[in-house]
Amino acid sequence: MGLESRLESPFLTTTVDAVINWGRKYSLWPMPFGTACCAIEFMGVVSNRYDVSRFGAELVRFSPRQADLLLVMGTITQKMAPVLKQIYDQMPDPKWVVSMGACASSGGFYDNYSVVQGIDELIPVDVYVAGCPPRPENVIGAIVKIQEKISREKAADWR
Amino acid sequence: MEQAEISRKVQARFGERIVSAGSFAGQHWVIVRPADLVEVLHFLRDDPELDMNLLTDVGGVDYQGFPDEPDWRFEIAYQLQSLKQNYRFRVKCAVTDDTVRVPSVWQSWRTANWMEREIFDQFGIGFDGHPNLRRILNHDDFEGHPLRKDYPINKRQKLARPAEHLLTDDPEWA
Repeated sequence: MGLESRLESPFLTTTVDAVINWGRKYSLWPMPFGTACCAIEFMGVVSNRYDVSRFGAELVRFSPRQADLLLVMGTITQKMAPVLKQIYDQMPDPKWVVSMGACASSGGFYDNYSVVQGIDELIPVDVYVAGCPPRPENVIGAIVKIQEKISREKAADWR
Repeated sequence: MEQAEISRKVQARFGERIVSAGSFAGQHWVIVRPADLVEVLHFLRDDPELDMNLLTDVGGVDYQGFPDEPDWRFEIAYQLQSLKQNYRFRVKCAVTDDTVRVPSVWQSWRTANWMEREIFDQFGIGFDGHPNLRRILNHDDFEGHPLRKDYPINKRQKLARPAEHLLTDDPEWA
């Protein structure tokens, strides 16, 4: 051990970024924006068989003002687009976005007049999850990817 | 009563005013002009033997470019059902083009209110006497009518307005 072993009282040295990121990545509060069948799959992610609370992201908030992880699960129509944008804008920084499934990521097979061809036309996306709908393991994989991304961040990057 | 019998009964009652009658897979229909539509529908509803008290659906069809293109461009199909007798029957209204206005039947079946709005939204057919003929599925800034055959399949129309008018409690938007 380094500095700690030379002093009497027990403590650890680390960086502010490491502590903040450690706290953030294991206490993600998801805001589920479920508009289609992917939201049903998300129920599987949260409930006991797959249990996303093992990754610290089980506290689903239905108010964007209390959430820092936006899960967009399902088809976003042009009419719904401003609502999604508003929900994203209402979330406090720092915030991350997962685009779950084919529809949210690319419009899916709804290549038509009414559907947004991928939510990245509207808001920044951190992780895209493939599948129609994705399996719960994939969604947990996306949350782990978000955690990896958080651990690489600098606290000063978020204003 | 078989659907064929209902069809014969309607044809006997209205004669020349029925444009044509047909059937497919045991389902029968009659085609009428907009001027006769309300009378035919009311006959099906008010006849004690038929008693078609439920309008299950109203849908539109655009026949532009159809192999057997009829003399009219659009059809509006009214799906009627009698809950008491368990009869079903279909009445189609031949609409020559989008300048023709079709009488609204929302006063007879309240369900017609939103269904007629949907047809107006998707096909651009106007309904006379409708209390609130606005778009219902597409956003209000949408231009054109997407279920028409001449609507460009790749055309995209984005809603650029903020969401306030969608999230409001104002009954005007409810």
